[in-house]
Amino acid sequence: MSTGVLGTDKRGIRELGAEEKVGWDEVTRGVVLNSFDGEALDIAHKKAEERDYSDFNSYVATVASWRIIKPVFNRDICIDCQNCWVWCPDTSIISRDKQMLGIDYDHCKGCGVCVEVCPTNPKSLLMFSEAKENEDALEEWPEKEKKTK
Amino acid sequence: MAITSIKNLKEFSTNNDRFEGSHLLCPGCAHSMIVRELMNCTDDNLVIASNTGCLEVSTAVYPYTSWDTSWIHIGFENAATAASCAESMYKARKRKGTLKDNDAPVKFVAFGGDGSTYDIGFQWLSGAMERGHDFTYICLDNENYANTGGQRSSATPIGANTSTAQAGSHSYGKKQKKKDIVAIMAAHGAPYVAQLAPNKWKSMAKGFQKALETEGPCFINTVSACTTEWKFDPKDTIHITDLATDTLMFPIYEIIDGHELNILYRPKNILKVEDYLGAQGRYRHLFKPENKHVIERIQSDIDKNWEMLQRREEARI
Repeated sequence: MSTGVLGTDKRGIRELGAEEKVGWDEVTRGVVLNSFDGEALDIAHKKAEERDYSDFNSYVATVASWRIIKPVFNRDICIDCQNCWVWCPDTSIISRDKQMLGIDYDHCKGCGVCVEVCPTNPKSLLMFSEAKENEDALEEWPEKEKKTK
Repeated sequence: MAITSIKNLKEFSTNNDRFEGSHLLCPGCAHSMIVRELMNCTDDNLVIASNTGCLEVSTAVYPYTSWDTSWIHIGFENAATAASCAESMYKARKRKGTLKDNDAPVKFVAFGGDGSTYDIGFQWLSGAMERGHDFTYICLDNENYANTGGQRSSATPIGANTSTAQAGSHSYGKKQKKKDIVAIMAAHGAPYVAQLAPNKWKSMAKGFQKALETEGPCFINTVSACTTEWKFDPKDTIHITDLATDTLMFPIYEIIDGHELNILYRPKNILKVEDYLGAQGRYRHLFKPENKHVIERIQSDIDKNWEMLQRREEARI
C-alpha cells in the first residue's frame, strides 16, 4: 500500500480484479454503484482528500502495474503552468491552489503525455524506468539545453 | 456560480476533478482529457449518459465506477434519449416541487463515440435534437469502432486502413468520405453546434461552457486521437491533435442557431496534410506511389472545406 502525495489510507489498496467481488445479484439498489458513502452533494467543491469515496469508486483502485516507464517530477524547475494537469488523461497530476504537487502513481499509466507538453528547459517532468528510484532519477537530471541557431 | 473560471490554466486547475483515475482507457487516450475538461468547466451537478463505446466500457468496469456524478449506462444508440428523458423528468419534478433540492442547478450531458453518433445512434440523436431538450451531446470522434477492434465507421476518413476496410494490393483503405456531422446537426437548427479539439484547451472549455449555458440541444464534435487504432505512440496524443488542427483536417469552429459560423482557431502556418497522415500508422500505405492520388484528394477536400468555412463565416447566413 502506498500513501503517495495525498497521504490518505483509502488509496492504492487494490489491483483491479484482484479483490473479492460482490456478486452482480448482491449489489444493493438495483444496479447502482454509489461513488461515495453517504451524501454526495456539492462534490465539485470538495478536494479529493476531503471526499468520502466508496469501495466502488475507481479512485480506491490502482492501475500502477500497467506502467513500465514512469514520469518523475522535478519541483526545482517547474513553473506551475499546469499544462500537465489539463492534459493528463488519468487524473494523475496532483495540483492544489495553482501549485503542482506531484504525480499520483496509483493512477498513472505512464503514457508520457505530461512530459511532452511540459514547456520548461530542461523539462520538469521526464520519463524513467519504473525500477529506478525517484531520488536517483532527480540526480541524473539533464542540464539546460542551449539554443542552437 | 455555475461555470468556473477559464481565464488561464492556473485558475482552471483549481477545480476539483470529478472524473477519477484507474479507469481502463488506454494510456494516452484523448477521451478522458475531453471528459475531464467538460467536468471541470462547470461546478453544477451533472447528469451524464454514455453510449456504449470505449468511454463507457472502460469507466464502469464492475465493481468500479470512475464517475463522481450521476451517470447512466445505456445501450449503444440511446444516450441522447436517456439524457433527454432525464431532463424531461427533472423539469416535470421541478414544476411539481418534488425534488430533494429544487434550486440546485443540474446540467444534462450525453457522451457518444463516433460509431454511436454518426451511425448507430444517429436516429436517436436526431430525434432528441428535434424535440429540443435542454442537453449537450458530445461526440468523442476517434474515427472508428475502437472498442470492438477498429472497424470502419462513417466517421472514418477516406484512405484510412481499418480492420473492415483494409489497405492492400487491391484497396487503399476506406473509399468513402467522412460524414459532415457538424453540418447535419446545425441543419437541425440547434442553438449551438461546434467542432473542438483538446489541444486547444481554452477554446474547448469555452465551447463546453457555451453549450452548457445555452438552453436547448447543443452538439459538440470533439477530436479524440486514438493511440491504438490510429497507431501512434501514446505520448504523442497532443502532438497528433496539434497536427490535426494545423493541417485543417479538423478545423475548429462553431455554428450558432444553425447559420452564424465562427472559426475559433486559424493556424498561423497551415501544414500540408502529409505531416498529419505520415505521423500515423493507419495512413502508412498512402505514401506508396500508386496511392498518391488519395493524398491529393484528401488535400483538395481539406482546401475546399476550409474555403467553404471561411466564406460561410463572412456571409453570416
